[in-house]
Amino acid sequence: MLRESVSMSVRNIAYNRMRSFLTVLGIIIGVTAIIALITIVSGVTGQISSEFESLGAGKLSVSARGTLLKPGLTEGDLETIAALDNVSGVSPSVSSTVVAKSEYGWDDEISLEGRNETYFRMNDGLVKRGRALNRLDMDAQTRVCIVDGALAKKLFFGVDPLNRTLLVNGHTFTVVGVLSDDSNRDVMSQARGGSDEKLIVPYTTALRLTGTAHISSLDVHVADTSRMDRVVDDLEDALYRMFNYKDDTYTVINMESLLDTMNTMLSMMTAMLAGIASIALLVGGIGIMNIMLVSVTERTAEIGLRKALGAEPGQIQLQFLIESFILSLLGGVIGAVLGVGISYVFAVAIGTDFRLSLMAIGLGVGFSASVGIIFGWAPARKASNLNPIDALRSA
Amino acid sequence: MSGAYFSMRDIVKQYRMGDEVQTVLKYVNLDLEEGEFLSILGPSGSGKSTMMNIIGCLDTPTSGDYILRGRKIGEQDQHQLAQIRCHEIGFIFQSFQLLQRMDAMKNVELPLIYAGVPAKLRERRAKEMLERVGLHDKLHHFPNQLSGGQQQRVAIARALAGNPTMLLADEPTGALDQETGKQVLSLFREINSEGRTVIMITHDLNIANFARRIVHILDGVLREGGKRA
Repeated sequence: MLRESVSMSVRNIAYNRMRSFLTVLGIIIGVTAIIALITIVSGVTGQISSEFESLGAGKLSVSARGTLLKPGLTEGDLETIAALDNVSGVSPSVSSTVVAKSEYGWDDEISLEGRNETYFRMNDGLVKRGRALNRLDMDAQTRVCIVDGALAKKLFFGVDPLNRTLLVNGHTFTVVGVLSDDSNRDVMSQARGGSDEKLIVPYTTALRLTGTAHISSLDVHVADTSRMDRVVDDLEDALYRMFNYKDDTYTVINMESLLDTMNTMLSMMTAMLAGIASIALLVGGIGIMNIMLVSVTERTAEIGLRKALGAEPGQIQLQFLIESFILSLLGGVIGAVLGVGISYVFAVAIGTDFRLSLMAIGLGVGFSASVGIIFGWAPARKASNLNPIDALRSA
Repeated sequence: MSGAYFSMRDIVKQYRMGDEVQTVLKYVNLDLEEGEFLSILGPSGSGKSTMMNIIGCLDTPTSGDYILRGRKIGEQDQHQLAQIRCHEIGFIFQSFQLLQRMDAMKNVELPLIYAGVPAKLRERRAKEMLERVGLHDKLHHFPNQLSGGQQQRVAIARALAGNPTMLLADEPTGALDQETGKQVLSLFREINSEGRTVIMITHDLNIANFARRIVHILDGVLREGGKRA
């Protein structure tokens, strides 16, 4: 019986090909929109968060304006913070703009960064050639520096910069390393605008060079990121005490929570867009209901005849329900194929990952099929309740 | 004769049209033996279509008893009525009522689908029936490829497919010319001679005369017309 109903429905849909297509067009558009939106947004989100993760995972950024008497963190403060539970290291950052000169050339707007050995430990592959800065450099305030590719090209064009000297604000420094080209991927240094032509020196040296004893920028590396919140609490607690119980003198930025916020925002946006797209699905469903009602009216005589031949109301209802189900499922499948196609083209065009979201496909197709059943119900019910006499007389 | 086929006792059928109640059948009494060939003759508006609907279990009377092969029709539910229509009655309509989207075979198979007959058996039976009405070379023709007479013969094949005990025809020759009408009627006689009850509803005395027994209906009142051997 079910097989006959299905084959009868298919025959009906095929018989009214143009009308069937126009009927499911709404469903096709709705499902296409939902699948394309979800797939595209999830591809973009994935891309953004994986980039963010590689830059700031397990890291807290502290920025301390300090008070009038204490305009930043001291060496002692760094040690206190480094000793906090679950902290694997601290990496202070001192920045300044300097004039640099070598025997081959000069530049008066070089960004100088003061870093410690933790910075190099946490950022593998930062130094392409030569050596990184170490603990001894910090303690001895050595006058060594690491230059990036752009600066090397400017001050040491055509020669190997390693072990050559240069003057920074009049002080002699020895080049001990060259940064790799993608060393500017650090999101915080990008935010500070320090990209091209920079040199890194021991932070202790940098402090002396700039004439201060206070550090205003610091990265805190966390060992176990699952207990991040705890570290944030401890850190804020320590900073509160360091800055004389004034909580507006410092900020702690949790990269992880920034990422969370962004993900929440993106998924909210996805949900909103999908919600708008499902309005198309709703309209498509009403279209199906409309055409099924027309179909019931048109086929009044047929329904009456079927009843006269022994069809029960339930069988009539089932047949109409199957018809609207198949119709909307058809729309759902076509929409899914289109949606996946569009999002693939989009992903290739803007260069994001293409991730086939089974969830989105399931949602689109499942939603459209249930639209068929929900909106097919009333017309099917109407058909099954037709009085066979009225039905036959209308012919 | 092989016993009572159906009996109608004081059948009244009323339709409500707004505030007015229209009585279409007025205390109709009719008894039918199994294997009879009956014509119900009456002009349009006399209540003969209503008679057909009640006989065919498509509608139930307002009052009175209709007992078909021992079952009180007034007491059956939708499901049981569908079963009775399926197994006892073969319908023939003036306008054939074939489904245009299906070929002759599929049309004849339709009642068998609702009777739950398996596909293989269904096809064999449909083929048999179409051969029986002389359409062995038109099995896969669609209704619009057939003449009126041929279409009505497909309809007869469909009515007989479920092997019903009664053939119920509503103006079966109304849409046919004289010659093909006669052919259809002699087919009815043949079907009746096999022992199947045939009831024909018509407004045409010439057609009604093909039956062995005629009843007249006028303004909802039924009276016996006469019996022939």
